[in-house]
Amino acid sequence: MSTDLPTTTDTGDNSQALADDTSGAAAAFTVDPRLLLQEEGLAGYWNTFRRKLRSGELGSLPMVVGLIIIALIFQLRDAAFLGPENLSNLFVTAAGTGLIAVGIVFVLILGEIDLSVGSVSGLAAAVFAVVNVNHGVPEWLALVIALGSGAVIGALHGFFFARVGVPAFVVTLAGLLGWNGLMLQVLGSNGTINLDDTGLIASLTNHYFTDISAGYALATLGVAAFFLFSFRDARRRKAVGVPSRPLSEIVLRSVALAVPAYVVAWLFNQYKGLPLAAVIFLGVVVALDLVLRRTSYGRKVFALGGNVEAARRAGINVSLIRISVFALSGTMAALGGMFLASQINAANQSSGAGSLLMNAIAAAVIGGTSLFGGRGKTWSALLGVLVIQSIASGMALLGIASAIQYMITGAVLLAAVVIDSVSRRVQRTTGRA
Amino acid sequence: MSATPVLALRGISKRFGAVQVLTDVELEIRPGEVVALVGDNGAGKSTLVKTIAGVGPADDGVIEWEGRPVTVDRPHTAQELGIATVYQDLALCDNLDVVGNLFLGREIVRAGVLDEVEMERRARELLATLSIRIPSVRIPVASLSGGQRQTVAIARSLLGEPKVVILDEPTAALGVEQTAQVLDLVERLRERGLGVILISHNMADVRAVADRVAVLRLGRNNGTFEVRTTSQEEIISAITGATDNAVTRRKARTALEEK
Ligand SMILES: Nc1ncnc2c1ncn2[C@@H]1O[C@H](COP(=O)(O)OP(=O)(O)OP(=O)(O)O)[C@@H](O)[C@H]1O
Ligand SMILES: [Mg+2]
Repeated sequence: MSTDLPTTTDTGDNSQALADDTSGAAAAFTVDPRLLLQEEGLAGYWNTFRRKLRSGELGSLPMVVGLIIIALIFQLRDAAFLGPENLSNLFVTAAGTGLIAVGIVFVLILGEIDLSVGSVSGLAAAVFAVVNVNHGVPEWLALVIALGSGAVIGALHGFFFARVGVPAFVVTLAGLLGWNGLMLQVLGSNGTINLDDTGLIASLTNHYFTDISAGYALATLGVAAFFLFSFRDARRRKAVGVPSRPLSEIVLRSVALAVPAYVVAWLFNQYKGLPLAAVIFLGVVVALDLVLRRTSYGRKVFALGGNVEAARRAGINVSLIRISVFALSGTMAALGGMFLASQINAANQSSGAGSLLMNAIAAAVIGGTSLFGGRGKTWSALLGVLVIQSIASGMALLGIASAIQYMITGAVLLAAVVIDSVSRRVQRTTGRA
Repeated sequence: MSATPVLALRGISKRFGAVQVLTDVELEIRPGEVVALVGDNGAGKSTLVKTIAGVGPADDGVIEWEGRPVTVDRPHTAQELGIATVYQDLALCDNLDVVGNLFLGREIVRAGVLDEVEMERRARELLATLSIRIPSVRIPVASLSGGQRQTVAIARSLLGEPKVVILDEPTAALGVEQTAQVLDLVERLRERGLGVILISHNMADVRAVADRVAVLRLGRNNGTFEVRTTSQEEIISAITGATDNAVTRRKARTALEEK
């Protein structure tokens, strides 16, 4: 305790008050959790883990365990499941839904929902196809127009929600219908527009960096960057005298990152090489993770999810943040739509339909982003979409009908939401929510 | 007493729909002075605070800052002037940690990225100078006790180096020890030369730290009293309006003369 904050002269009264404060639910938190790590090294990890478990801060843990179990079950039934081809395809097919789910994560952190992302992704694909194929606009410009229309549509939803005060649920439900209708209109009587099968959009999911070094280079870059930033952060912390991670812990975390990174890179190289789709998906997840956790914009998004009134009083422009988050969600939906169009190399009437919307929302929630707002990570989109895609691809390998697949995905989603709700309740009873 | 008020309210009025919540309210705060703002539930104290803080601007009236009229229509303007507010409902984000809450809306940014190290260092420094003790500055405020949350909210208000601090019922939910701590904190603010507006229903607290008491009744001024020369009954009858205010004053005066 004494290491935590310097005490000043009148400790007589204060320490008494403090003893009262901490005798109740807060007793477990009398020491900075990071100091605990620092002092006890590896044992500290275990203690922190147990403390988090008890106070209901499970985060992504249940689903990481779930993903491992799912992988093991399928692997036991069919050895091809964890094979390079299947895993590589799994990443490529997951990218579209995953990118949409990243946008959903932002909206969920606000404590809202965006039901329009499926329709918006289909509309964006249709816009691209019409502009590029029918009107001969260059691909890059058509891409900008398609993503831009996603952003504008999202901002429009945000406007109706933030400024007019219509619940986001209703606005985006209207969007779900409306934008689907517009997509059908845009596609015209034909109903299907085929894309250039050697073009930019096609390459999104069929381009692979065949050079073996590409995957390893990317893994090395990621791990090195992680290590350097952690190391520099720890040094600065030490210099100004705030708790920091010891070097041993930084090395350990870097290794923990390096192992899966190199294994995945190796697996990709066993098949066609490093998929472009995986690079873009990972890049977006990392970039938006930095935005969420390391910029004041991201801090404001979390603040809105925690307490809108507090955010307003802190001088945050609540409407602007809300509109921007919905615009981001629309943009990510459009980007995801490009990847989904790339897989079939066309925009057609079923673009963005079916279980896409539900899968995108389920992915975010399964990955550990709370439905109640205020908690979430972009990484949960990656984790969640891998879970969903694993179930789909494993079932396909085993030749199980999609009827069963839907039921199992539904059950996993329910489990994720139950974990989310229960952990919230535990947090409340231990005074943490 | 002679110093010009750092903050003065002149004829503040505010209505919500059909309800006239504030009518011609006057209030003055000088540097190094603690003014208690008292009144029954629904008297309009929190509403008055919100007009000063730029959260719910007044319909009518003038706010004078250091002698010149200003418009406070946004929380940001109030902060820039040097008015810090701790709300009755605290307004903390439960999901953010102590550092995140302290710096919410004024994060320290280095090269476009949040400077967590500097924020954490300053947070610890600030909490230490105020003798505030909290288990860790990196746990979500949801896990703090009521008293700890209150002290975090007060510390948060001090980050912008304000000249006037408004505390809306800071001791309402606190135990005996924590109340004493908060009152200590209020006195420390006064020693630093800040003007403090303290809203409280607790007469003992008011008499312990306030220099003056301003009474609000049904959205109107109902007298301002020097704490040292006024009896508790007088203040209470001004709050409740049990008897006509002039009469009670007269009674008190005659009672004093008889002594
Ligand atoms: N947003 C609002 N819309 C309508 N009426 C409001 C609003 N906010 C406050 N009021 C009304 O204004 C009056 C004053 O409320 P206020 O919260 O300022 O009282 P208070 O003096 O702070 O009371 P308390 O001691 O209970 O905190 C009340 O009658 C309340 O119903
Ligand atoms: Mg009030």
